[in-house]
Amino acid sequence: MIYLDNSATTKPYSEAMDTYRTVSEQFFANPSSIHSLGGKSESLLSKSREQVARLLGVDDGEIVFTSGGTEGNNLAIKGAALAYRSRGRHLITTCVEHASSMNAFRQLEEMGFEVTYLPVDHDGRISFEDFKKAYRKDTILVSIMHVNNEVGTIQPVREIGEFLKTKPTTVFHVDHVQGFAKVPLQLKNSGIDLCTISGHKFHGPKGTGILYVRQGTVIAPLLSGGGQEGERRSGTENLPGIAGMVRALRMTLEHEKDGIAHLSDLQAQLRKGLSGIENAVIHTPVSGAAPHIVNVSLKGIRSEVLVHALEKDEIYVSTKSACSSKDSGASDILMAMGIPEEEAAQAIRISTAFENTNEEIAAFLSALAENVQQLKTVMR
Amino acid sequence: MIYDYLVIRFGEITLKGKNKMNFVQKLENDVKDKLSRFSMLGIKRHFDDIEIQLNGEDADQVLSVLTRIFGIQNISSAIKVENNLDAMQDGVLRVMKAENGVRTFKIAARRKDKRFPIHGSELNQGLGAYVLKNCEGVSVDVHNPDITLRVEVGYHETRIYGHEYDGAGGLPVGTSGKVLLMLSGGIDSPVAGYLLAKRGATVEAIHFQSPPYTSDRAKQKVIDLTKKIQSFGGTVRLHLVPFTKAQLAIRDAVPEDYRITIMRRLMFRIAEKLAEKTGALALATGESLGQVASQTMESMNTINQVTDLPVLRPLITMDKLDIARIAKQIDTYEISIRPYEDCCTIFLPKAPRTKPDRLHAERFEKSFDVEALTDEAVNGIETLTVTSEDLEDAFSDLL
Repeated sequence: MIYLDNSATTKPYSEAMDTYRTVSEQFFANPSSIHSLGGKSESLLSKSREQVARLLGVDDGEIVFTSGGTEGNNLAIKGAALAYRSRGRHLITTCVEHASSMNAFRQLEEMGFEVTYLPVDHDGRISFEDFKKAYRKDTILVSIMHVNNEVGTIQPVREIGEFLKTKPTTVFHVDHVQGFAKVPLQLKNSGIDLCTISGHKFHGPKGTGILYVRQGTVIAPLLSGGGQEGERRSGTENLPGIAGMVRALRMTLEHEKDGIAHLSDLQAQLRKGLSGIENAVIHTPVSGAAPHIVNVSLKGIRSEVLVHALEKDEIYVSTKSACSSKDSGASDILMAMGIPEEEAAQAIRISTAFENTNEEIAAFLSALAENVQQLKTVMR
Repeated sequence: MIYDYLVIRFGEITLKGKNKMNFVQKLENDVKDKLSRFSMLGIKRHFDDIEIQLNGEDADQVLSVLTRIFGIQNISSAIKVENNLDAMQDGVLRVMKAENGVRTFKIAARRKDKRFPIHGSELNQGLGAYVLKNCEGVSVDVHNPDITLRVEVGYHETRIYGHEYDGAGGLPVGTSGKVLLMLSGGIDSPVAGYLLAKRGATVEAIHFQSPPYTSDRAKQKVIDLTKKIQSFGGTVRLHLVPFTKAQLAIRDAVPEDYRITIMRRLMFRIAEKLAEKTGALALATGESLGQVASQTMESMNTINQVTDLPVLRPLITMDKLDIARIAKQIDTYEISIRPYEDCCTIFLPKAPRTKPDRLHAERFEKSFDVEALTDEAVNGIETLTVTSEDLEDAFSDLL
């Protein structure tokens, strides 16, 4: 099996699953229970939080454990908009966000907020100038993804963070789900107030995530209840998931430097190989893109057909984002980049992880060339 | 980030005359110790500063450690250039461009090496003019600039300083002798510990437990508080005293309104005995005058009678709100408000005496064996050593 759909989800580290199992069996008590068994769970929870905070270079109190990227984005976006609605009603995001951000903004629009969706250029990138023009006195929230989940384009979140540092009435949220451990992003002193990370994108268990909430930033909770996670996210903590994720996070960051270099190497190999396939058009920009995603259209072949053809060889890639690929048709993100609908409907996404090898990429490339050759003759 | 260096300046240490080098040596050790996880750093001590070469380590993370070390007045980010005007001009301009949102500036140049041919005031003018020529929309303001670009011409190279960050102040921990802090788990005592560590004291903590009335979580709470104090100081030893038997004896033998007075006297006796063993030269509490019944002048007079060690009370004149503010700054507040019972909240009388006196206290103590209870408690003390490494170990096989 060659798994190249790591932007959809990753295979969990076996160590993370060991932790998941051990914690499920041995630390099953509720951290809020006052007996000593609950106390043990509570210490493990706070130790987990400490470790995340240290690894991310932030304070313990700034870490909120969530169920993943969708919850993190929803909590950040709706939570901040609702908490600060008396300050203003204007929100800024981009037209290439993940569905969990995009649809949160649609919902806020229905509630009376005004949203500016920044356009992107041919590389899928917003311009800082456009952002500055869209920024208003009553802008209470800016939410931008760091790395695009379909094409890998890096958005200028650092620049925007610097700009927003001097605007204390605006909350800045970064969707860092695809960028984490692929494109390093500093949180402290970056102008970023909220940052979403998802556990299963870095070999942690599903249903886990982190929302960084800078000290002093208020968010209205989406889930009311027992006041867990500093009154920001009620519900009995998913301790096995949290501990498993924290372990995966540590392991991932331990390999981050070498891992990113390796991903870049794989990406170069992919680009080189794809350039030898005559009808391949790569949409991922050459510069300013994450090292783990290559988005490519194979002209004349609908992406769905190609995905199924490759899976016969036990090679797994995806069409567009798994979260939007159920409604058939072309990618909104590619269309926003100005790519014609027909070509956009022919795009596949190849996304790698640290453990993918050069041999796997070579095998994928030859399988792709073969399938493209066959399908071309069949489909014409 | 253009800065390759952080320069640490000392505070009060510089006033120490002949002892100065002892203090600086201690501070250097603290800095090296606390920064040991950043493997790339180069740390060099000079006569009046400590210079840290970043070598690619993250300046903000290093800063967040440095700003918690006592004895540091301030920390500046800096670059180094060669001792010639061209290099200085280029350097000053780089710093200026790296600092965002700066509208006004001034140059403050100083020659340590007087052999350098251009005088300070001339350098100010020359470098200032160069910045004005090459930076749009900035102007000179010598009185109230957004940034003061300090240029220091040394014997081998020139430092140009960017942003200056406040240090934690105080004296290096361990330069002022050892104190035994009575740590209850409330909001005040950790703040007292922090303030003592800030003045260079080596803080050891003593905590009284009354199992089964108090739980393991109350103990964990005190350990967590000790960790926070440790994060400012060096290693902190935490002494846990078994106190149930003494409390029950007091409950049975002493009239309700005097129980707290007698209990506190017993605590002081136990603490004094422990201090003798560990070499602590003073006791410390988080008391604030008049805050509760045991902290009135009369109570302190009566309670203090049992020890002749100095009892340091750093918070004695502070208001509760001010204490809480410091507790929030040093991250102990959230821990302190965890709602577990401690030994002071159980058997709490309805109306404790606010004006006890020594005569009554002495008389009530005749009705039970104070000496034996004190010795038994001291002998049962469990001592934990809280260091940053120990904390890494808990759950390390899971996380």
